Amino acid sequence: MAKSVLVVEDEPNIVLSLEFIMKQAGYEVRVAHDGEEALRAVEEAAPDLILLDVMIPKRDGYDVCQTIRSNPAWEGTRIIMLTAKGREVEREKGLALGADDYITKPFSTHELTQRVKEVVGGG
Amino acid sequence: MLPAWLIFVASFGYLFLLFAIAYYGDKRADAGRSIIANPYIYTLSIAVYCTSWTFYGSVGRAASSGVGFLPIYLGPTLMFTLGWFVLRKIIRISKVHHITSIADFISSRYGKSHLLGGMVTVIAVIGIMPYISLQLKAVSTSFDVLLYSPGLNGTEGSGDFLLLGDTALFVALLMAAFSILFGTRHIDATEHHEGMVAAIAFESVVKLLAFLAVGIFVTFGVFDGFGDLFRQAAAEPELRSLMTMEDADSGWVTLTVLAMAAIIFLPRQFQVVVVENIDESHLRKAIWLFPLYLLAINVFVLPIAFGGLLRFPDGGIDADTFVLALPMAEQQPWLVLFAFIGGLSAATGMVIVATIALSTMICNDLVMPVLLRFPWLRLTERGNVSGLLLGIRRGAIVLILLLGYLYFRLIGESYALVTIGLVSFAAAAQFAPAIFGGIFWKGGTRLGATAGLSAGFLVWVYTLLLPSFARSGWLPVEFIEPGPFGIEFLRPYALFGLAGLDHISHSLFWSLLVNAGAYVAVSLAGRQNTIERIQATVFVDIFHQPGNEAAARMWRGSATVADLKALAERFMGAGRVHEAFTGYARKHQFDLDRMQEADGELVQFVERLLAGVIGAASARVMMASVVKGEGVGLDEIMEILDEASHVLEYSRQLELKSLALEEATEELTAANERLKELDQLKDEFLSTVTHELRTPLTSIRSFSEILHDNPDLKMDERQKFLLIVIHESERLTRLINQVLDLTKMETGSMEWRMAEVDMKSVIEDAVATLSRLFDERNVALAVNLPDRTSVIRGDRDQLMQVVINLLSNANKFCWPDVGRVTVTLTAGSEYLTVSVSDNGPGVALKDQQQIFEKFHQVLDAETGNPMGSGLGLTISRRIVEHLGGRIWVDSTPGQGSTFSFRIPTPPSPVN
Repeated sequence: MAKSVLVVEDEPNIVLSLEFIMKQAGYEVRVAHDGEEALRAVEEAAPDLILLDVMIPKRDGYDVCQTIRSNPAWEGTRIIMLTAKGREVEREKGLALGADDYITKPFSTHELTQRVKEVVGGG
Repeated sequence: MLPAWLIFVASFGYLFLLFAIAYYGDKRADAGRSIIANPYIYTLSIAVYCTSWTFYGSVGRAASSGVGFLPIYLGPTLMFTLGWFVLRKIIRISKVHHITSIADFISSRYGKSHLLGGMVTVIAVIGIMPYISLQLKAVSTSFDVLLYSPGLNGTEGSGDFLLLGDTALFVALLMAAFSILFGTRHIDATEHHEGMVAAIAFESVVKLLAFLAVGIFVTFGVFDGFGDLFRQAAAEPELRSLMTMEDADSGWVTLTVLAMAAIIFLPRQFQVVVVENIDESHLRKAIWLFPLYLLAINVFVLPIAFGGLLRFPDGGIDADTFVLALPMAEQQPWLVLFAFIGGLSAATGMVIVATIALSTMICNDLVMPVLLRFPWLRLTERGNVSGLLLGIRRGAIVLILLLGYLYFRLIGESYALVTIGLVSFAAAAQFAPAIFGGIFWKGGTRLGATAGLSAGFLVWVYTLLLPSFARSGWLPVEFIEPGPFGIEFLRPYALFGLAGLDHISHSLFWSLLVNAGAYVAVSLAGRQNTIERIQATVFVDIFHQPGNEAAARMWRGSATVADLKALAERFMGAGRVHEAFTGYARKHQFDLDRMQEADGELVQFVERLLAGVIGAASARVMMASVVKGEGVGLDEIMEILDEASHVLEYSRQLELKSLALEEATEELTAANERLKELDQLKDEFLSTVTHELRTPLTSIRSFSEILHDNPDLKMDERQKFLLIVIHESERLTRLINQVLDLTKMETGSMEWRMAEVDMKSVIEDAVATLSRLFDERNVALAVNLPDRTSVIRGDRDQLMQVVINLLSNANKFCWPDVGRVTVTLTAGSEYLTVSVSDNGPGVALKDQQQIFEKFHQVLDAETGNPMGSGLGLTISRRIVEHLGGRIWVDSTPGQGSTFSFRIPTPPSPVN
C-alpha cells in the first residue's frame, strides 16, 4: 500500500509542484493550506509523512510540529520541514521540535525525493 | 447673654490648660521624649501667624474690601511653596550657629556685631508695638462686646464691672504674667522652648476649630448654605461689589510682598519657623501643610462677612466683631463662648511668642552687651548670672506689653485691626535686605547692613509711625497736610511728591528703596574686616561647609575645662551644664574628669552653648574672658576657610566633570542601542527579502526540473507549468525592482524625473494597462474623471506605479465576478485626490496603519494566505510623500475599502 504524504504549504504553485513530485514518486498526497487545516487532516488520518512549510497562516510550522509530537498516537508520522528561511538557528529549532529532516527552499526535486525516501521508505 | 463670671472662668480655665500643656511639653523635653518632634506640630506652631487679626480682622477687612483680606495669606503661601529654599538655608544656618533670634541672626552674620543686634532689637520692639496693641484691642473689644453690647444682649450693660475699669490694661497685665510663666521659668540649655511650642500648636487647633464652627453656623445655620448666602449677598448692590476685585486691587501686590517677608521676618515667626525648628526635614511637610491651614481658616471669611452685613444692615455693628456678634444675635451662648475662646487663643498665642522672642532679643542683644561694657559690674567674674538673665527677660516682657498698651491707648482707637497690623509688617520687612543679602551675597558688610537698616527704619517711622501719631492728635495734623513746616515735598504720605499709592505701599516703596540702596552702596564702598569675612563665608556657603574644623581652630587650646564649665554654669545653672558636658564627652569618647586643657573643639562647643543663651556676640566676649593667651589670628582662619572652599570648589568641578562624562556615556550607549536596533531592522528586512525571493524561485526551480525530467508530459500540463515558471519569473523581477526602488528611495539616490504631469492621462493609461487583468477575473472597473486636465508636478512613471499598485491591489482583493472597483480623480484648489474604492473584504482597523509598512502583508480573509509582496504600498507611500502628498485608507471591514492619495497642485495654475 502506498505511503501517504500530507503537503502543508500556502503558496499555490509550490503546492502544485510538491503534489506532482510526490505523486510521481508513488505517494498518496493530501494538501493543507494552513496550520489548522493541517492538524485537522492529521486527526482525520495520520499520514506517514508531512512536508511542512514553516511560514504558513494561522499556526506556523513549528507550532504544528510540536503539537503533533506531543501526541503519542502520531508517533509514526515523520515530518520534513520545508522553509525559505535558511538560517542555521531555524534549522536547529525545527529539528529540536521533533522534525525528522529540514529542507531549504528552493530545493532540488531529486534531493527532495531522495530525502523523503530516506525518511519513510519508498512509496 | 453670658454671665461675666462664666467668661472669666472659661478664659482663665483655658489659659491654665495652655499652661499645663506647656508644662507637660517641657517635662517631656527634659526627659528627652519630645512631643513636638513632628512636622504637624511644627506646622501648627507656624500658624501662630494667624492672630486675632485673622480671627476678627479678616472679616472686617472682607466686609469693606471683599477679597482684599487675601494677600496676607497669599504671601506666606508663596513663601512656603516657592521660597522654601530660603527658609531651609536660614534654618540650617541658625541650627549650626545656635541662633536665638532674628537680631542674633543679623548680628552674627555681620561679624557678631553688638551694634547691629541692638539695632534690630530696637526696630523689632518699636515695630511690633502696634501689632501687640492690635491683640490687646481685639481681646478687650471682644470682652466689651460680650459684656456690654446692649443691642445684642437684650439687657443693659452692667456698667463698669472690672475693678480696674480698663479691660485692655487688665488684658495686657494678664498676658504679661502668662508670657513670663511660659517663657522664662528657667534658662534653657538650648534655644528651644518646647513647652511653649506645644501650647501654641494647641492654640492653633482651637482657633481654627472655633472659626470654622462660627463659619459653619453662619453659612448653614443662619443661612441656607453657600449658595443661599451668596445669592442674598449678590442681591445687594453694595455687597455685590465686594465679590469683584474692584475694591481690592489697591496695594494687592504690596500686601502680598509684605506678607511674604512677614512670615519669616516678624520676630515671632522667626522664633517658631527657625529657632524652634528641631528638625530641618519638618519643613518639607510644612511647605504644603501650612498653606493648607491658611486655606482652611480663610474659607469662611467671606461668608461671615456677608452674613454680618446682611444681618446688621444698618452698620451699627463693627465688622471686626462679626465673629462674635453673629452667634450672639442668633442666641447661641455656647458658640459665642467658643468663638471668644478662639479669639483669645489667637491673641495670646501671638503675644506669648512675640514677647518671648522680643525679650530674648532685648536681653541678649541690647541689655547684656551694655552690661558687659561696664567693668564695675564685673559681669565676667560674677557667680550665677542666670537669675539676672531671667530678671531682664521678665522685665522686658512687661515693658513690651506696656508699650503695646500705650500704643493702643494713644493710637489704637482710631484704626481698624488690619491697618495696625500692616504697620508692623512694614517694619519687619526692613530686615529683608540684610537677611537676603546676608545669606546669598558674601559682599554685604556690617556697615552696609547698619546703614540700610537704620535708613529703612527712619523712613518707616517718618511715613507710617509718626503720621499715625498725628492722626490720633498727638502730633499736629499739619504734619501730614500740608507737610512738616509747610514743605509739601516732605508730606509723609506723599514723600518727594510720590502720591497716588496707599500709605502702606508708599512707605514700603521708600523704606525698602532706601534700605536696600544704602545696604548695597555702603557694602560695595567699604571693606569687611576678617571676622565679617569669616561669618559671610560661613553663612553664604552653609551647604558647602567642611564641617566645624575651621571654626574649631578659632580657639587654640589655652582654656581649662574647669574654667569653661564654671563660665557656662553661671549662665545656665550647674545641672544643665553637667548634662551638656557629659553628653559631649560621651559623644567624643573621652573622660572629662581627667581632661585638663580644653581643645579647640570643646571651646567651640561651649561658645555655641552660650550663644544659645545669650546670643553670639555676647558669647564671644564671655569666651574671650576665659580663653587665655592669644587666639588664633583671624587671618589664619580666613585662610583655612578659603582653602577649604577651594578644595570644595575643586571637588565640585570634579563632580560636574564626572557627571558630564556619565551623561556622555549614557548618550553613547543610547546611540549604540539605536544602531543595534537599526541593524536588527536591516537584518529582518534582509531575512524577509530573502524569504520573498526564495518563494517564486522555488516554484521556478521545481517546475523547471519537473519539465526537464519529464519529457513525456502532456501538452496542456506542460503549458500550465511553463506559464507558472513565466509568472513566477515576472513576480521575481517585480520584487527585485521594488526592493531596488525602495532602497534607492530610502538612501535618497532615486532619480526623480520631475515634470508637469496630467493626472487624468496617468489614470487612463493605468486603466488601459490593467484592463486585461480585470477582465480575467471579471471585476467591474468604473472610472470617474473630470473633464479638464489636472496637472501636478511629479514623476510620471512613479505616479503611474502608484495608481497601478492601488488598482491591482483592488482587483486582487475583490471577489471574482461580483467585484466592483471605482477610480475617481477630484481636483481641489490645493490638492488633486485619487481614490480607488473596492467592494472587497476591507482592512481591519488594526492593519490600517501597518499596511503601509514594509512587508506587512494582508492575509486573505478566506484562506489566510498573504497576498502580494508587501512592498507595493510602502513604495506608493514613499512616492506620494516625496511629492509632498499623503496616502491613506478608509475602510469598514466587510464593506470594502477606499485607498486615496493626494498631491498638492502647483501654486500658480498651469494650463
